[in-house]
Amino acid sequence: MKRLTPGTILAALAFAALLGADFYAPRLINPYVYQILWLCGINVILASSLNLVNGFTGQFSIGHAGFMALGGYVSAAIAVFAGHALGGVPAWLFLVSLLSGGLVAALAGLLVGLPSLRLRGDYLAIVTLGFGEIIRTLILNVDAVGGARGFTDIPILRLLLSGASEPTPSLSIVSCTAFLSVLIIYRMIHSPRGRAFVAVREDEVAAEALGIDTTRTKVTAFVVGAFFAGLAGGLFAHTTGYLNPSSFQFMKSIEIMVMVVLGGMGSLTGSVLAAVLLTVLPEALRAAQGYRMVLYSALLIVLMLARPQGMFGSTELRLPWARKGPGKP
Amino acid sequence: MLEIRGLDVYYGAVHALKGVSVRVEQGEVVTLIGANGAGKTSLLRAISGLVKPRAGSLKFEGRELGGMEPHDIVKLGLSHAPEGRQIFANMSVHENLELGAYLRKDSRGVHDDQERIFTLFPRLREREKQGAGTLSGGEQQMLAIGRALMSRPRLLLLDEPSLGLAPILVREIFKTIREINQDGMTVLLVEQNAHLALKAANRGYVLETGTVKFEDEASRLASNEEVRKAYLGG
Repeated sequence: MKRLTPGTILAALAFAALLGADFYAPRLINPYVYQILWLCGINVILASSLNLVNGFTGQFSIGHAGFMALGGYVSAAIAVFAGHALGGVPAWLFLVSLLSGGLVAALAGLLVGLPSLRLRGDYLAIVTLGFGEIIRTLILNVDAVGGARGFTDIPILRLLLSGASEPTPSLSIVSCTAFLSVLIIYRMIHSPRGRAFVAVREDEVAAEALGIDTTRTKVTAFVVGAFFAGLAGGLFAHTTGYLNPSSFQFMKSIEIMVMVVLGGMGSLTGSVLAAVLLTVLPEALRAAQGYRMVLYSALLIVLMLARPQGMFGSTELRLPWARKGPGKP
Repeated sequence: MLEIRGLDVYYGAVHALKGVSVRVEQGEVVTLIGANGAGKTSLLRAISGLVKPRAGSLKFEGRELGGMEPHDIVKLGLSHAPEGRQIFANMSVHENLELGAYLRKDSRGVHDDQERIFTLFPRLREREKQGAGTLSGGEQQMLAIGRALMSRPRLLLLDEPSLGLAPILVREIFKTIREINQDGMTVLLVEQNAHLALKAANRGYVLETGTVKFEDEASRLASNEEVRKAYLGG
């Protein structure tokens, strides 16, 4: 039995607070802020999972939006078509569709990763770039999921236990999934075998000489990253209720990468905070109207100049009283 | 234990090893000496699978290593402390050692072995939680050797352990290599410091531009006129 540390207790409290979000959030905040919050949750999953690949394992993937799109469309299609057949979308169907979205994305990650991760360096960037575009073009041409018109009437993950008739998506589910995703990735990296990810990044030859199967390690990171991207895509589909291929263009992948770099390659705390910051910032800058994106870009440049290693570099935020965790010198 | 016959290694068009044959018996310290570019490191890299030989055979305890992946070769009981140390600078000493035991599942045995390495290199114990990149060159070399020992190999490949170290540290490292050997470890040692290497080894090979020039008992090599002139400063 593990000892209860202050960190564990705090994490449990945070989880409980997120789980309860559906009860208090709709009363406290307006729908606009509410929407930004769930987008934050989705972006947290995207940034943390990409950090596992680009930050911790040191690979260079720029096709994260492709996995997100795949997961989103698979999840939405299952919920829509199975929902029709069943005459409704029960809770378990959401679970099935979300997990299927993640698993299909993971499978695609395996197919893309196996041949390309044997090679080093920029090769993966080109392959993932191509993959993202292929997925998008494929979706554009599948009429059953709306093609270029977009996929409409996707069932919404509603508020937990609210009984309300308005289709407000559940913030609890999104935020708790984000929390668990970050936790799983954190546990993976800080397990004894998980140290192989960082070893591959630091020195592939030395890692190989210690008996680490570097290809397998890279593929594992890539597949897990793809799974969570697919999961995030599914959540996106079931909160917005609408998918369009143009939401998953190359720029979306870049946006996620910016979160990872800004937060710090190799820092999950950084990814979480950067994902929240970069989701909120464009909204907060709406007052600047036409200059909004100029200001946004300028702020990014200033941040990167001030901290080229990202906000957190490769360190995690730690509670002052928590004992030094693994992974930190 | 290790039997290499007629090994040919190329880097692109460069012929780095030309029909090299080397043999290492259980319990020995065998050294490979020679000038820069003679092919010493290439030979170690070929043994541990980091470069693929074009021809020849590499047998470890009767098993052919040619064509195997490096991580599979480690599983057979061969461990390589690479040239330039290649420790994980951003990880702590403890984490580096832990990675050395990556393939092992007996956490108790891993812990005991870490203690044994701290006994061999007391300085590493003092620096257990410290980032490996902040260690001195000698301490990094100790860590590289310690890390290689953590996989509990039967054959240890050491590449230039004296590289860039102060003479007093070099002596300390060589003393430890002899200790490790006395505990039963077989060692294949690549060195530029021929003087020390021949003192530590049972047998030696002199490599010159990719071929074995001499092969003999270490003490006889040390008194060989040509070897003395070329590698021991007269």
